[in-house]
Amino acid sequence: MEKYLKKQFAIFALPTILAFALAFGIPFLTGLYLSFCEFTTVTNAKFVGLDNYRQVFSDPNFINAFWFTVKVMLVSVLTVNIFAFLLALLLTQKLKGTNLFRTVFFMPNLIGGIVLGYIWQSIINGILVNFDMTMLMDSSYGFWGLIMVVNWQYIGYIMIIYIAGLQNVSTSVLEAADIDGATSLQKVFRIKLPLIMTSITIALFLTIANSFKMFDQNLALTNGGPGNQTSMLALDIYNTFYDTIGFEGVGQAKATIFFIVVAAIAVVQVFITRRKEVEN
Amino acid sequence: MSKKLLSALLILTASFTTLVACGASEDTASDSGSVYYLNFKPEVAELWNDIAEKYTAETGVPVKVVTAAGGEYESTLKSEMAKKGAPTLFHINGPMGYISWQDYCSDLSAVPFYDTLTDKSLAILGEDGGVYGLPLAIEGYGIIYNEAILDKYFALSNAKVKSLAEVTNFDTLKTLAEDIQANKDALGIEGAFAATSLLPGEDWRWQTHLLNMPIYGEFKDKGVNDLDVIEFTHSNEFKNIFDLYINNSTTTPTLLSAKGVMDSMAEFALGQAAMVQNGNWAWGQIADIPGNTVKAEDVKFLPIYTGLEGEENLGLPIGNENYLAINSQTSELNQQATIDFVNWLLTSETGKNEMVNTLGNIAPYSTFSDDEKPQDPLAQSLLTHMENGKPSVTWVFPMFPSQTFKNDVGASLMEYAQGTKTWADVESTVVDGWATQKALIK
Amino acid sequence: MSTPKANKIYYTILTILVLLFISPILFVIMNSFKGQFFISDAPFALPIGDYFAGTTNYVKGIEKTNFFRAFGISTFITVFSVGAIIIFTSMTSWYITRVKNKLTSFLYYMFVFSMIVPFQMVMFTMSKLADTLYLNNPIGMVVLYLGFGSGLSVFMFSGFLKSIPLEIEEAALIDGCTPLVTFFQIVLPILKPTTITIAILNAMWIWNDYLLPYLVIGVSTDYKTIPVTVQFLMGSYGAKDYGALMALLVLSVTPIIIFYLLCQKYIIAGVVAGAVKG
Repeated sequence: MEKYLKKQFAIFALPTILAFALAFGIPFLTGLYLSFCEFTTVTNAKFVGLDNYRQVFSDPNFINAFWFTVKVMLVSVLTVNIFAFLLALLLTQKLKGTNLFRTVFFMPNLIGGIVLGYIWQSIINGILVNFDMTMLMDSSYGFWGLIMVVNWQYIGYIMIIYIAGLQNVSTSVLEAADIDGATSLQKVFRIKLPLIMTSITIALFLTIANSFKMFDQNLALTNGGPGNQTSMLALDIYNTFYDTIGFEGVGQAKATIFFIVVAAIAVVQVFITRRKEVEN
Repeated sequence: MSKKLLSALLILTASFTTLVACGASEDTASDSGSVYYLNFKPEVAELWNDIAEKYTAETGVPVKVVTAAGGEYESTLKSEMAKKGAPTLFHINGPMGYISWQDYCSDLSAVPFYDTLTDKSLAILGEDGGVYGLPLAIEGYGIIYNEAILDKYFALSNAKVKSLAEVTNFDTLKTLAEDIQANKDALGIEGAFAATSLLPGEDWRWQTHLLNMPIYGEFKDKGVNDLDVIEFTHSNEFKNIFDLYINNSTTTPTLLSAKGVMDSMAEFALGQAAMVQNGNWAWGQIADIPGNTVKAEDVKFLPIYTGLEGEENLGLPIGNENYLAINSQTSELNQQATIDFVNWLLTSETGKNEMVNTLGNIAPYSTFSDDEKPQDPLAQSLLTHMENGKPSVTWVFPMFPSQTFKNDVGASLMEYAQGTKTWADVESTVVDGWATQKALIK
Repeated sequence: MSTPKANKIYYTILTILVLLFISPILFVIMNSFKGQFFISDAPFALPIGDYFAGTTNYVKGIEKTNFFRAFGISTFITVFSVGAIIIFTSMTSWYITRVKNKLTSFLYYMFVFSMIVPFQMVMFTMSKLADTLYLNNPIGMVVLYLGFGSGLSVFMFSGFLKSIPLEIEEAALIDGCTPLVTFFQIVLPILKPTTITIAILNAMWIWNDYLLPYLVIGVSTDYKTIPVTVQFLMGSYGAKDYGALMALLVLSVTPIIIFYLLCQKYIIAGVVAGAVKG
């Protein structure tokens, strides 16, 4: 079969590869090179070595955005996963109407980040106006605003993953536990949690990656305000590229660092998942 | 299954080809060139779209108008210029803008309307003596007041100020504003000034127009037109007026970061505020607010008093910042089409009518006769101020180093207003931001 | 087993949560019928009496943004991109899993690699390249989405293809079918479950994507998608009009919710499958 198919490269593989090269391959390689250059348009690049990277690490906005992103990530990963797991427990109690509830909880996940951001901006400002404040009063409002947006968007999604995991926990194990007189709490911590570790790993990494790379919600909710205090990394990179003339190289260097961090998270994920698979 | 799939595939390919064909024909359509105008003022965006449609209907030449977001003109221009199909007609905000965009500005000394420019010093000249930017309109701004509310206040028995003639400097303006604020219930209004809109992107009335006052003072004291480093010697005067605005307002200072220009213009139009700072271009907005109560004959300008020395004898800040430039990198055909379009605006009856009556522009070209001046109350008030002999305050903000500088000052003012930053922080944003941003251009 | 009393508590909790989850949407719907200046002043007041603005906000929102055109553009880009992704990446996946050499394994790792690269890394250079190559239109967007979507899709198709036996395909080829016919008649139908998952994941991403269409198509063309339109209304259309924004938010969310209620079974299953495999 191989020899028939091999000749068909142009039909089978070429279209995808061309599109892939256009959208990803060429831009990635030129981007990597340009992070060592000073340029305003791609054609007038001048090699400057590590200059851009030095500027990145002395840029208070980038450092601030990095820690802000880490904070958002940690808090949202914790809250989303805890709430999602609790909801999943509730919805696996064999209640009537479970499907309806599941449908409602999952729905916000389908709404795009820009629309979500503006919905919550109007709600949060609507609440704060009663206290004579707006979301730009203090960066903590923007922070908790983002946490709320992320929770609303992802709880339903992560819940579905936990439900799928919990449904695979065999009933015979649970029945055996009942006979031994285990309490519900014991069942959750001793049986259910350990048996859905795979789901937990998946859910954790999904929430980590999504909150780390968040852009649309950040843009629509606060656009980084007040000042740049609530800019996450993706927004800071975007602003460096497009808001200040002459900083394109620095923006590309920031993007490269961002890429390395995201890639590192992904590698850790693969490593952990592989090890789990071996253990099982 | 496979049949269904194959037919789906066929439909896909078929529609692809049709679309490609359509796309291709669009590109070659315009033999006469086309105009792409990147507009600067969000508040007149819709008016420009109408004008473009009328021009196309009349001449068949396609005109595209795109309006940049408030505070994002430079970045929009930058990204649009990098594209094919770049703007053919754009704005530079003065000599600073010319430095950034000189590669894209074509020499306008030969265009017909340059000859009719009444004051040749209004044009932007390059080092080679060429003409690279021409004004579209002369504009002015100040404190717009609602005379009906002021008269009602002057009639109060306990009014501290009895007529507008007494208001000639900051101290009297302060007395007036604070007393109106104190009597707001008796006057049936919500505040002396409309909301000081500090929503990011909607804060240009303060970080550009109001900041002009202290910088103008500093330039005048030092006898210069521009500085690489400023001392912000008139910081106190700036604080005077800004504090007066935010403390005698319809809106609690902590809520100002949610307010846009439209909110304040609406408050003024609905008779909830006696005064609002804005320019003559704002009449359209005031008039368009549904249910507005303010009468045209009651709307007038007052100079912005901040406590600068000799301000009794100063007029309104009048000038021009939106110099028209024509993109030299676009095709000859498009350049000519753009020149024709501008010429139409400045010479044809329909074009002039749009300029004067739709846009309310006071055009500094001799093709406009004396009675071809906008009739709206703000333009009329502006003209009265220009004719009363007091020298106007020069617009020095085209010398402001960059949009980033202005946006940072705006953010700083917002935080000052809501109490999360001190005035010293605002001062350092202005002084340091000026120095760093000026150094970046060099 | 759960007692009736416990059930009552569960239902109460769930009902409260359901209300919490849909309240943001109700909030927006309610405010979309209020006059634009009452939205920030009295956000929780009902749209009655003076506050009621009828359909003004909808008329303004649709007019200002040309919403129905944006809807059409979004639909066009989503449908054709998903179609192109499914057809081309499934073919490519079949090729690189069945033809074993250095090139195909290199390609496979490139596709997988692209999945971990954040968009910010390529956005600047990609939008410049796209502009130079005249891709700043809906058809160009389809090409770009095929490129960006190929990573995940090739990965998922290949994963599934590796698990199915070769015998049927080989039999067809020996019977004299060309590879193309074999692929469309035999292989693609087998791939159906994965195809649905990939279609759903890509459709959700493309429909809601903001930055790619914004950078490539921009605000200066007539090809604005819905997310670009919403941001444009708030960011660029001069005076911010919260009334029009509320109406536009309702209009953007409604088609998604209708579509979701119609195909929720597939959507939820697809998303789970995508999460587990991706």
